[in-house]
Amino acid sequence: MAHNLVSRSGLSTSAAATLGRSARIKPNTSRIVFDLIGYTLVTLVAVVCLIPLVMLISGSFTAEQTIRLYGYSIFPRDVTLEAYSVIFKDPSTVIRAYGVTIFVTAVGTSLGLFLLTMTAYVISRKDFKYRNGFSFFFYFTTLFNGGMISTYIFYIQYLHLKDNILALILPGLFNVFYLLIMRTFVAAIPTALIESAKIDGAKEFRIFIQIVFPLLKSGLATIGLFMALGYWNDWYNAMLYINSTEKYPLQYMMYNMLMKNQALSQIASQVGIRVENMPTNSLKLAMAVVTTGPIILLYPFVQKFFVKGITIGSVKG
Amino acid sequence: MKQGFLHEIKKNHPLFIMLLPAVILVFVMSYIPMSGLVLAFKNYRFDKGVFGSDWNGLENFRYLFSSGTGWLITKNTILYNLLNLITSQALSIILAVIISEMRARLYKRVVQSVIFFPYFVSWVIVGTFVYNIFNYETGVMNNLLTALGKEKINVYALPAVWPWIICAFNAWKWSGYNSIIYIASITGIDEQCLEAAEIDGANIFQKIWYITFPSIKPTIITMLLLQVGRILRGDFEMFYQIVGNNGQLYNATDVIDTYVFRSLQQNSNMGMTAAATFYQSVLCFVIIIIVNALVKRADPDYALF
Repeated sequence: MAHNLVSRSGLSTSAAATLGRSARIKPNTSRIVFDLIGYTLVTLVAVVCLIPLVMLISGSFTAEQTIRLYGYSIFPRDVTLEAYSVIFKDPSTVIRAYGVTIFVTAVGTSLGLFLLTMTAYVISRKDFKYRNGFSFFFYFTTLFNGGMISTYIFYIQYLHLKDNILALILPGLFNVFYLLIMRTFVAAIPTALIESAKIDGAKEFRIFIQIVFPLLKSGLATIGLFMALGYWNDWYNAMLYINSTEKYPLQYMMYNMLMKNQALSQIASQVGIRVENMPTNSLKLAMAVVTTGPIILLYPFVQKFFVKGITIGSVKG
Repeated sequence: MKQGFLHEIKKNHPLFIMLLPAVILVFVMSYIPMSGLVLAFKNYRFDKGVFGSDWNGLENFRYLFSSGTGWLITKNTILYNLLNLITSQALSIILAVIISEMRARLYKRVVQSVIFFPYFVSWVIVGTFVYNIFNYETGVMNNLLTALGKEKINVYALPAVWPWIICAFNAWKWSGYNSIIYIASITGIDEQCLEAAEIDGANIFQKIWYITFPSIKPTIITMLLLQVGRILRGDFEMFYQIVGNNGQLYNATDVIDTYVFRSLQQNSNMGMTAAATFYQSVLCFVIIIIVNALVKRADPDYALF
């Protein structure tokens, strides 16, 4: 820190001192060098971020024969809808999984948001004497937890969550990290507003519902999207707790399809083609596209909320 | 004290009622399972339950470490976390610095969107990418090699390259996310400071080195602290989706979390596994408390709590 301060306040001297050394490089030249390196590097990273996705999409449109002969390629050699037609011939498996995922996401996110907001509201009330104690009660769980085994055993043996759809909802319902972000949003609401409502005789719960809640739109959108993404992409809880295929959420159904050929042959029999004629490779990719599709479509619209949430979360409360 | 608490409940009971659901939920879902850590000292049997099972002292720990598994998974977990921490944070900081200095506005926005995108992709899909790129028969990598007239490589038989593959995908997934944090921190730098530097004739590299880096130091320290607190936790979803059940790669890629999951799945070595999660939880807690205290002593502003 001392060094930090020195380098800041002594900036002009240190910059001037180093300037002597690099006097031959004009600021303009250094800028050009920086831009050259910078733009190249950033463009490279951006391309690397996109390549797997392009590969996935192009593979899903490639004929099975081509994949078997030439393997996957970054750009498609030919375009066919073979894999998609197999999926949509009998989309019951996909629709079912979509249903589970949408249900879990909707219920989990709305219930979780309500709980998070209500809790954040109470622990940010300055006149609530035990708010620090309760904050610590929540925060402590981010530092210490029971670990995978004991959590698993408790959920199965004592909460009876095996093969229960609640096992997909409960674990993500109350994230303490989101609570802290939400608290920042709540803190931005003027205390005077709450106090005047109190003087007018409004009850606590009514103040929360009618005054605080509507003012938190941007916080709700931000945290809501984080939660929704978490639920949408979750496969881990399904793998641990869900047995019956009709309760599989999207990601886990897909995971099964990628890993187990029996899941594929099930589709084959539904659609009525022989397993050896199945476009196995492209089908897996088409499935990946079908499950990720909504996220890709929503991405441009929701991105700014995520950026906001991350930015707030990075500022210590 | 107790009377004070009761008095407070009486006075503010609506607030307590509003807090109650979350308190119960966190208590049931997080606090009660903590008591399951006692399994590390027990010979767990499903029919007897967590508390009915017999005690067996430190037997589980002895087995875990004398079999060599304990050391291996601990070593892997720590090394992977260090590797991932350094590579992904360094990349994020570099990206953030460059992006903040970019003057082509539209391009800047596009690039930011693109590098943030992997955060939205589930690990299951990432697992598909890995398979697409590296599988022996149809993978993109072997395609390119054949096209170039080279021999195909079976990456799944080469454990030594997997730390780098995992590290690359970790950076791929998180760099965009982390760079947003650093960009926000860079945006917060006092404009006057930068302008003064420019007037004094500092070039862009000097500006970054003498102003940007020192200014984002608190953010860097916070991010490092958060990661250090997880040094013994492997990112299970990442490891599991990238490596899968490739027994050949276990020595190079098994971390505590994947080991624990496998024993859960196969219902084997429950005692040893409980011992592993016990020391994982306890050590993580101790490490974060100690590191935070040290940071706090050096500079209270940088501490997490």
